[in-house]
Amino acid sequence: MQKKNWKAWLYLLPAIAFLSVFMVYPLIDVFVYSFEEGYNSASQTFWGTGLYNYSYVLHDPYFLQAVKNTFILVIITVPVSTGLALLISLGLNSIRRLRDFFQTVFFLPYVTNTLAVGMVFMILFKKTPYSDGLINLLIQFFGGQSVDFIDGPYWAKILVMCIYTVWVVMPFKILILTSALASVPQDYYNAARVDGTPPLRIFTRITLPMIAPMVFYLVITGFIGAFKAYSDEVAIFGTNLNAAGMNTIVGYVYDMLYGDSGGYPSYASAAALILFAIVLTITVINLMIGRKSTQF
Amino acid sequence: MDYEKDSLRVKRRGRVRSVITYALLGLWALIVLFPFYWMLLTSVKSYSAYNAEYIPSFFTLSPILQNYVDAFTTVNLARYFVNTVIFTLATTAIMMVVIIFAAYAFARLDFPGRDLVFGLFLSLMMIPAELVVITNFVTITNWGMRNTFWGLILPSVTSVFYIYLLKENFEQIPEELYKAAKVDGTSDLKYLFKVMLPISQPTVVTIVILKVIECWNSYVWPRLITDDETRFLVSNGIQEIRENGFGRENIPAMMAAVVVISVPLIVLFLIFRKKIMAGVSRGGTKG
Repeated sequence: MQKKNWKAWLYLLPAIAFLSVFMVYPLIDVFVYSFEEGYNSASQTFWGTGLYNYSYVLHDPYFLQAVKNTFILVIITVPVSTGLALLISLGLNSIRRLRDFFQTVFFLPYVTNTLAVGMVFMILFKKTPYSDGLINLLIQFFGGQSVDFIDGPYWAKILVMCIYTVWVVMPFKILILTSALASVPQDYYNAARVDGTPPLRIFTRITLPMIAPMVFYLVITGFIGAFKAYSDEVAIFGTNLNAAGMNTIVGYVYDMLYGDSGGYPSYASAAALILFAIVLTITVINLMIGRKSTQF
Repeated sequence: MDYEKDSLRVKRRGRVRSVITYALLGLWALIVLFPFYWMLLTSVKSYSAYNAEYIPSFFTLSPILQNYVDAFTTVNLARYFVNTVIFTLATTAIMMVVIIFAAYAFARLDFPGRDLVFGLFLSLMMIPAELVVITNFVTITNWGMRNTFWGLILPSVTSVFYIYLLKENFEQIPEELYKAAKVDGTSDLKYLFKVMLPISQPTVVTIVILKVIECWNSYVWPRLITDDETRFLVSNGIQEIRENGFGRENIPAMMAAVVVISVPLIVLFLIFRKKIMAGVSRGGTKG
């Protein structure tokens, strides 16, 4: 028996070792960093402990810009993508022909390198000396004013960012909602049809309650994912997000850590912990609302 | 008579609805596919032809492959590509070993404190990567592992979630098999490789594919840990190409590089479509 215990721990050893070094220790360390004031990564010294790093980050205009961008992104993309995914999944569920084809196509963005495809979006939206870009030509065709979506006004950049984010997150949502819809027992629909229930009522009284837990799951993961947005923005606006005014909170953390403005792990830690606090708060609020609204 | 009219009306309404449904789905399919078409199209246009088009044409009658040659000769695309393949294979292989042993210990072996340790593992799932990446960056730097494969690989060779997924799968294998094997004198290790892994093959394959996708697309960690161009992965490589590569205006060559980077995963997806989609709906998160 004793020998067996010893063996079990041996099996677990690699996992425990890696998790301790790269998960548990860093988790403690990030708090330590965030309270060390004036940390110098070259000499590994600091001159005090306290809340200065938090105060610095909260007063940094780049951070405030990043918070603003991130919140706009979350507030727009989560409802839009969830609603759109629901609509598309309902459509998918009601057809038989071409269904497999559509499902495959809709899933494609999930398996693509978002950095690479983001560049295609950049080209479609960008205005160059040679051409206004396809999207602008479309806008002009319909009688609108062309605008530079990549280097132009703030609202235009936000718009591109949201469009690309929605494009990227849709596959996961469609996949989850389609399988949720498929698992609603057909008997319910048959019974409703016998009673002559109108379609809208079937949707609000049968479909929606049955898939509510999954919609709710998507909203929560959607919020968390959108708060951590970063690489999609790099793909469209380039690595210097601060200059473009399009940084996100996670981008701010990484910029503080590394790159031209880097070398400040203390500020990065404080910003990361602020982000964590925001995400935790929003998730708890979501859970509280969810518990109320998914109980029937 | 009345009934016939009624059923005709219902039929017509059904047809209208299905036309609208197909139009909607077709529109989204167009939105999804168009960027792929556009990168493929642009990548076979010549540099001069592309820049001469004020209104870009939607097809080309004289496709050329010069951009692909450029992508492999004037920038280091081949190097990025090989680096990514090495990184992906090594990370996935090491992770599989780590998680298979851990899942086996949790699923089959009895030892004091097992449930407690497993609970601790699960609680680690809630920790966002953004929190730990700061210290990991410092750790890897202190170990002198920047710009090395080990520096890229080591932090991502464990996944609590995959351990959990595999453990659930292992536990479904009847205990009787294990006891029978014990009676026959089969060692634990042999039992794991000869019985449990073959039975759990679908889950193992799913995990491998999900990890490969994750590795191929990883951007943040490689960007932090490599600044030597010869160690870039494709995500950083494409960013480098965009900012310093062919010159900002050579969009067709850039698109050729984008196509080269995107193709492997798309091929993988088309081969393992069912598995990937089932795997993602069970355990993927993105969005």
